[in-house]
Amino acid sequence: MGGEMTEPLLVFFVLAALAVIGAVSLILQKHPIHSALSLIVVMVALAGLYLLMGAEFVAAVQIIVYGGAIMVLFVFVIMLLNAGAEERTSLSKMAGPPGLLLVAALAAFVAATIARSGSSVQAAAQTGALSSTKGISEMIFRDFVYPFELTSILILVAILGATVLAQREKS
Amino acid sequence: MVPTNYYVILSAILFGLGVFAFIFKRNVITIFMSIELMLNAVNLAFVAFSQALGKLDGQVFVLFVIVVAAAEAAVGLGIIILIARNRQTLNVERVDLLKL
Amino acid sequence: MHFLFATRDELFITIAKIAILLFIVLTVNAYLTWFERKVVAHIQSRWGPHRVGPHGLLQPLADGVKFFFKEDPTPAGVDRLAYFLAPLLALALALTSIAIIPFGPEPLRLFGHDIYLGIAPLNLNIGILALFAITALGVYGVVLAGWASNSKYPLLGGLRSSAQMVSYELALTMSVVGVLLMAGSFNLRDIINAQGPMPGHPDRGMIGWNIWPQILGFFCFFIAAVAETNRVPFDLPEAEQELVAGFHTEYASFKFAMFFIAEYTSMITVSCLGTIMFFGGWLSPFPASWTLTHYLPSVVLIPFGLWLVLDGFRYETVLGRVVLPAVGTVITALGLVFIVFPHVNAFIQAPFWFLSKVLLFLFVYVWMRGTLPRFRYDQLMAFGWKLLLPVALVNVALTSFVIAAKLQWGAK
Repeated sequence: MGGEMTEPLLVFFVLAALAVIGAVSLILQKHPIHSALSLIVVMVALAGLYLLMGAEFVAAVQIIVYGGAIMVLFVFVIMLLNAGAEERTSLSKMAGPPGLLLVAALAAFVAATIARSGSSVQAAAQTGALSSTKGISEMIFRDFVYPFELTSILILVAILGATVLAQREKS
Repeated sequence: MVPTNYYVILSAILFGLGVFAFIFKRNVITIFMSIELMLNAVNLAFVAFSQALGKLDGQVFVLFVIVVAAAEAAVGLGIIILIARNRQTLNVERVDLLKL
Repeated sequence: MHFLFATRDELFITIAKIAILLFIVLTVNAYLTWFERKVVAHIQSRWGPHRVGPHGLLQPLADGVKFFFKEDPTPAGVDRLAYFLAPLLALALALTSIAIIPFGPEPLRLFGHDIYLGIAPLNLNIGILALFAITALGVYGVVLAGWASNSKYPLLGGLRSSAQMVSYELALTMSVVGVLLMAGSFNLRDIINAQGPMPGHPDRGMIGWNIWPQILGFFCFFIAAVAETNRVPFDLPEAEQELVAGFHTEYASFKFAMFFIAEYTSMITVSCLGTIMFFGGWLSPFPASWTLTHYLPSVVLIPFGLWLVLDGFRYETVLGRVVLPAVGTVITALGLVFIVFPHVNAFIQAPFWFLSKVLLFLFVYVWMRGTLPRFRYDQLMAFGWKLLLPVALVNVALTSFVIAAKLQWGAK
């Protein structure tokens, strides 16, 4: 790549490397709890990238909700079910190399499409006129009010569903 | 500043790794985690484009994606607990029959 | 986003601030344990540590040396990564949360640089959200410690403790929303300034603090904070009579010390947060026009210093007779310095009030430890979900109503 390594670019590469290492570790680890820890690393790296892009509210919500609640749920379930190390079967060993090829092809396709799209989409200068939180809240409660209410109903349905599913049978 | 292309390429790589984990792993909880990885990759692309265009729509959509992922994780893990209780295994290859 | 540090000097200043704050926080932790043991002892009509150094003041040092030299065994069958990661994570997150707290409004002017008190930048727009993010990640220290220890009691303690922390985290975040609505910002400095002099009320002191309109929110916050830091009466997961020692049973000297420091540091952080949100942070309770109250730091320090000197002269051991008068003289001299130099006095007002309020909070924490019995686990969870969360939500609804009504019908 051309140009000198400015500070933001350096931070980007560090965080991106962390995210990719976390994702690869998710695949390579044998025990699900280690995969969960790797996924948490990926999420924190992504939160750092959101901060780098100036999306501070999204970064905070990512850590609080994704990293602090959803992943805790995953870790709880892994502990509860006493999940052990994974076993390798012949079927999964067969799926390895073709899967790798297909995925590499997918990623290469996306990258090539972007590279072919002429001039790279440069990041817009940071307007700073509307701070992230205020702007997002104005949009949610003005333009996206209906999706917002629908997602709250969705959460209610999910809570009820999870409660019903987790009950032991009464026989 | 970091060009948006870099973020989108990173998002594509993470998405690809998520798909590979989905195909390759055999523990149902790990497969579920790879779905979360794919969702995160998509979130990254959304925020990158939101910053490129200077509008906040992308970030609002990321919030909705996070909320839906939370609801899905809750219900999905409930189902996984039920499967584990009924079949006593977390290996998806053993859960391939509709009837016991 | 203007990038990280504008000049190289700012980088060095921040590193120096981090080092100094780390040292101060660790020392305050150590003496907080001394304070707790002394206060609980006096509540129970006994003396507490009083042999190691004058008034037991060297007890934390002795404890530190003990932790350093004690054997640190690793049990068989533990999950290595999680076992070593858990205390590290708990400690790192607890110490990081101190970085977000501002200690004073005005900067020190040294060597031509403005050094603000507090590590986080002034315009950290997500101030309190960042603090909650760090608290949310703190659950992992506990749950990983419980699971990695490969033993029944830590597993149960870890599961219970993390379930408790996640539940009360909800109530904690909800209880603070009322304050955020009133201040209109996540930035901690803005929240403090919103409780100070305002255009309509130029000279209000204690009346402007958030505790009066947000009394419901304050009680929710305080109870949720005590539960979040696993303190009495919510300390079932680590109580000795119940679960051996809960999630840190299998951890010996140094790793246990890391959990210990993490718990006390999060106690300090939550006390700082409580003073910032509800008690006006660094604002004086007296209106600004009562200028005589500016001498209160000296009025407190000088008699305390003189009392220490007199107490030292009558102390039993030789060390006490030397050290206590010396410390007392230093404190008296400090008080006199504040009277003699007015600009130093003006600077020290804000940190003095901040630290006094935090100390008051910590005293209430320790007081509760010495007095209250503990909750049973099901009572605890029922309390968090069925009482605290609805009350916090009612507080949010009420606050929103009042603010909307004020906007609708004009400011009074």
